[in-house]
Amino acid sequence: MSDHTLNPEKMPHNPEKATLEGKNKFLAFWFFLGGETVLFASLFGTYLALKGSTNGGPAAEEIFELELVFVMTMLLLTSSLTSVYAMYHMKNNNFGKMQLWLGVTVLLGIGFLSFEIYEFTNYITNEDFTFRTSAFGSAFYTLVGFHGGHVTFGLLWIITLMIRNAKRGLNLYNAPKFYIASLYWHFIDVVWVFIFTVVYLMGKVG
Amino acid sequence: MSTAIAQKQGFGAILWDYLTTVDHKKIAHLYLFGGGFFFIIGGLEAMIIRIQLIKPANDFVSAGFYNELLTMHGTTMIFFAAMPFIFALMNAVVPLQIGARDVAFPFLNALGFWLFLAGGLILNASWLLGGAPDAGWTAYAPLSTTSPGHGVDFYVLGLQISGAGTLIGGINFLVTIVNMRAPGMTYMRMPLFTWTIFVTSALILFAFPALTVGLFLMMFDRLFGSAFFNPDMGGNTIIWEHLFWIFGHPEVYILILPAFGVFSEVIPTFSKKRLFGYTAMVFATVLIGFLGFMVWAHHMFTVGLGPAANAIFAVATMAIAVPTGVKIFNWLFTMWGGSIRVTTAMLWALGFIPTFTLGGMTGVMLASAVADYQYQDSYFVVAHFHYVIVGGVIFGIFASLHYWWPKMFGKMLNEKLGKLTFWTFFIGFHLTFFIQHFLGLMGMPRRTWTYLPGQGLDNGNLISTIGAFLMAFGVIVFFYNVVYTAIKGEKVSNDPWDGRTLEWTIASPPPHYNFKQIPLVRGLDALWVEKMEGNKNLMPSEPLDDIHMPNSSILPFVMSLGLFIASFGFIYQVDDLRWLIVLIGGMLITFGAMFVRSVKDDHGHHIHKEDLEKGDGL
Repeated sequence: MSDHTLNPEKMPHNPEKATLEGKNKFLAFWFFLGGETVLFASLFGTYLALKGSTNGGPAAEEIFELELVFVMTMLLLTSSLTSVYAMYHMKNNNFGKMQLWLGVTVLLGIGFLSFEIYEFTNYITNEDFTFRTSAFGSAFYTLVGFHGGHVTFGLLWIITLMIRNAKRGLNLYNAPKFYIASLYWHFIDVVWVFIFTVVYLMGKVG
Repeated sequence: MSTAIAQKQGFGAILWDYLTTVDHKKIAHLYLFGGGFFFIIGGLEAMIIRIQLIKPANDFVSAGFYNELLTMHGTTMIFFAAMPFIFALMNAVVPLQIGARDVAFPFLNALGFWLFLAGGLILNASWLLGGAPDAGWTAYAPLSTTSPGHGVDFYVLGLQISGAGTLIGGINFLVTIVNMRAPGMTYMRMPLFTWTIFVTSALILFAFPALTVGLFLMMFDRLFGSAFFNPDMGGNTIIWEHLFWIFGHPEVYILILPAFGVFSEVIPTFSKKRLFGYTAMVFATVLIGFLGFMVWAHHMFTVGLGPAANAIFAVATMAIAVPTGVKIFNWLFTMWGGSIRVTTAMLWALGFIPTFTLGGMTGVMLASAVADYQYQDSYFVVAHFHYVIVGGVIFGIFASLHYWWPKMFGKMLNEKLGKLTFWTFFIGFHLTFFIQHFLGLMGMPRRTWTYLPGQGLDNGNLISTIGAFLMAFGVIVFFYNVVYTAIKGEKVSNDPWDGRTLEWTIASPPPHYNFKQIPLVRGLDALWVEKMEGNKNLMPSEPLDDIHMPNSSILPFVMSLGLFIASFGFIYQVDDLRWLIVLIGGMLITFGAMFVRSVKDDHGHHIHKEDLEKGDGL
């Protein structure tokens, strides 16, 4: 595709869906998120089946600290909002502001991830609660860890896109890439809302 | 472009061409021959199983080796023979049937194939590296989690990697069918084969992630010391069964729906009538797909889920017989009053209807939870699933290969040899498996290494083994037919069967851009509509212009190679932590290739109008 078709003089209002490639990516990513939903549903099901199986090790209500998790939740929810701002600026063809808000999103994501690493380290070193302690431990680290892995991948993805396109700005080739990365970020956020509820809140009071 | 150059440059160029191709038609060839390779391996395993069971108290193979054989036969046939055959058909036919120049994501299409191949090779490498998996294709815990050696690890890694490829393929075809249909091709004008692929792709999307999770948990238990399926530490083995069958039951519909689609193309073509009850067929397909997710626990009736759960799953299972029955009657009514040509493809379709009906009938018998307590784990179950999977899926694949071979390769498979294959395979099949119903009812357990004389099982097993040899003969004739056709087969025109759908409007094999101009679809059975109006071909929907095509790439191969290498690291790091280097190295190759893919722009290329006008456009 020639440079002109990908860099039109006036960007359309929805640059992520202006080309067939963009439309395909947009739809495929929604389908992919459908599959991811099944993946996390399976992990949630496994966790719910095993959360009482502590094997003499620590139980959920003994170790979870809602204050920490609340801060993490706020960080991640806010990062979802900032990625919406980024997409808003993408649609207005304001590349600089889009990059700025994506940068804020990444910082918030790193903050979330740091707290999660701290949380896991704390459980392992101070609470003697590991992946191998009990079936509950295995299920907890697998579910929350899969989410953490998704956050890590999402961060690397967004950072790669930001650096790769920093000098050339927005066009119809990279707009769909930014857009689906932000979709992915929202999905991670939604999964976290369920983890916060099902794992932490229900773990404390359920 | 590529074929012409390849022919001049010889083997190396052809190899490079296939390693880097993103053309759906070449990927179809790869899937077909990859699947054929594993089909031979799975078939040999089946033959050894039948030779072992030919007489009582036989010791042709040891009991341990027998367990490996039955596990690998099931796993190979489902995941590495039937699935790639389905993907070969999807790739060969769907873009042509909807009037598209390629799939939505040609790069991912290639990646899907290479992941499948890597997975199959990892699984089969176990034969050479200390023993194959031996816990059955269902790999129930704790049998699988406590199985010694690395066999089950190869199962876990092999299926995980090929499963990722399948998921990618499923998403690709969903998007292709939604976004890339030719102008005028509404959903209710799509050929039924495309419809079944659409529903199958949706099933892949929602079923495979459950297997992904199950395999991850199994991998963590076996290789990283977690406790999901270890009751000593609070684990629960039933979780594996649920996850496996939440995937596993939709999987059988993933396999059978495309076969239904094939018969829905073959029967109208060779009856010279439009498909009877097209709308009902579409809804039946969707309904089967939907119900397919509601019935997984019928594989677990004897686990002890309780009478309420068993009753619900029993009724849901029986309900699937309704849309399936609709299909059977619609095929019969399509033939009713038609002018039938009994070609090889049609023979397979004719053989399929009674065979699959028998399999469906035993399916309803098994669905009755109380009766299942008697049938379960016996040869009755073995007979049932071979009737539906061989009698449905494999018959469908044979029908489709004879039907679409001329479109894929430009040459007609020999009809005489084809009919010989059909009759030997068909008779051999019923000889092998019909008697197994009775062996099961007489008490022969499945997966049994041998049996004692004088229990009424001797003759039945002998007959079954003779039938298996007849099936093997049929398959050998088919392979001979493939070679014979490649050397001596007659070249065919665009439309050798007097077809009804878009794939028959273009050359056999098609040029790599498929359609010089995207056609305008004016009804169901688009080509037939034009034939009835006296037109030779479809009207184009666009003026002749430059065609945008995707670029070839070696990256899909590299990504899969990385995961292939990493798998061995995962498996052997348990014995020696130095294998972590292999693990990390493999993952770096994969992620590196993904990184390159992300940062390197790939805009594809154009075939210019002038070249298209000159003739075949390169």
